[in-house]
Amino acid sequence: MIELDRAGRTFRVKRTLVHAVRDLSFTVAPGEFVGYLGPNGAGKSTTIKMLCGILTPSSGRVRVAGLDPSRKRTTLARRIGVVFGQRTTLWWDLPLKDSFELIRLLYKVDRGTFARRLAELTETLDLGDFLRTPVRQLSLGQRMRGDLAAALLHAPDVLVLDEPTIGLDVVSKASIRAFLARVNAEQGTTVLLTTHDLGDIERLCRRVMLIDHGSLAFDGTLDDLMASAPGHATIEEVVTHLYTSSRQ
Amino acid sequence: MVRTYLLLAWTWTRAAAAYRASFAIMLLLGSVSAVLDLAVILVLFANTTTLAGFSREEVLLLYGAAALAFSVTDVLAGNLERISQHIRAGTLDTFLIRPAGAWLQIATDRFTPTRLGRVAQACLVLGYALGALDLDPGRLWMIPVMVACGAVIFASLWTLAGAVQFLLTDAPEVTSAFTYGGQQLTQYPFSVYGRDLVRGVTYVLPLAFVNWQPGLYVLGRDDPFGTPGFLRFLGPVAALSLALLAAFAWRQGLRRYRSTGS
Repeated sequence: MIELDRAGRTFRVKRTLVHAVRDLSFTVAPGEFVGYLGPNGAGKSTTIKMLCGILTPSSGRVRVAGLDPSRKRTTLARRIGVVFGQRTTLWWDLPLKDSFELIRLLYKVDRGTFARRLAELTETLDLGDFLRTPVRQLSLGQRMRGDLAAALLHAPDVLVLDEPTIGLDVVSKASIRAFLARVNAEQGTTVLLTTHDLGDIERLCRRVMLIDHGSLAFDGTLDDLMASAPGHATIEEVVTHLYTSSRQ
Repeated sequence: MVRTYLLLAWTWTRAAAAYRASFAIMLLLGSVSAVLDLAVILVLFANTTTLAGFSREEVLLLYGAAALAFSVTDVLAGNLERISQHIRAGTLDTFLIRPAGAWLQIATDRFTPTRLGRVAQACLVLGYALGALDLDPGRLWMIPVMVACGAVIFASLWTLAGAVQFLLTDAPEVTSAFTYGGQQLTQYPFSVYGRDLVRGVTYVLPLAFVNWQPGLYVLGRDDPFGTPGFLRFLGPVAALSLALLAAFAWRQGLRRYRSTGS
């Protein structure tokens, strides 16, 4: 479903070339739920932005749902759902419901399917109370639920989440985690999740990838991850160990 | 594409109407500034009878045609100007994940019909000039053609300016010189300008095809700069070439988009 073959992206910063991502290769099969970890500046967001066609790779090959994201961006948009925890993709001044209606028209979802999916999402994400509120007036937790619903209204094959639980309280986090697990299990949606919250990883991801300095430092199951650093008992310790050891 | 455009424009109109006072003020300000532009021309003619060889009505015809082309572009795609903000803040990301062209979404971003005031003013001026002048009716077909080509030329200039922003990241002033500057330039007959400037805006930046060259044909006049007669009809060619160049530059610009860290 997701396929990267020695993908790289460089940025020119004051005449020096910075490799945000270099020689990155991995594949994600349909239906997988993958956690994508890495310290700040490791290249997580750059990877995600290459997956949805926002950034054009400087080298290598990227395929999502069989499409080259940077060349088939609008075709891919119908098959991928994207959520940025730090930035809403909803229309700031519109009530949530109008944003959804606009998404229905942009993604050409037929009325019947849309009504059914919206009812489902409204129930599972508990959107009922603020469907008529303009997005700018929503709390962070409400907005994030709105963003998630917006990313799933067109029933994408792939869902890419960039820190969806950032800044949320425990209750909101728990409800979003439960929701994501359900989407993955019931609809078979492939999910790639970046987060700094290891609780998200522990509860949701069967597979974990760890990126550092723009390339993959670990790829395996959660159990493999724990076993990779003997003597460290919790996932926090293991990840801290991996982040710091790769820096030397 | 038209459907998506209308859809987005309508959505933004509804959003804008939510702020009623601001909507009314914008409409008023737009009309006031349009009237001031026109006042400058009328003040000029209060002191003289011709401007670089053109009568008041002739100048108003040229002005009206250019103003109509520009205001139509401004209504339809004026928000392209804001692209530098979107590039700098990384908010362009949001447009790029939707199944619609980025150009279309940015052109309609915060679309507001308040700019229609300027279109109305331009129509009035053009209508007045057409009524006051004794023109050859066989040449009037050029009026819609020149307005359409003018709008395409202005829209292409906006797009080129937007494409350049991907490289400069934050220098909207550099490109405003060409977009708004172009509009200012076309308000007067080109015969008021120097020969080199007019050459530049004929053969490099094709602003002369917005109203000057086709306008000369409508008025049945020779070019004071002595350019060959077939140039009067090259508006569509100039508009199309510039549009293709702009589309190419826009694509290249998008591929160079860097987003922002998050």
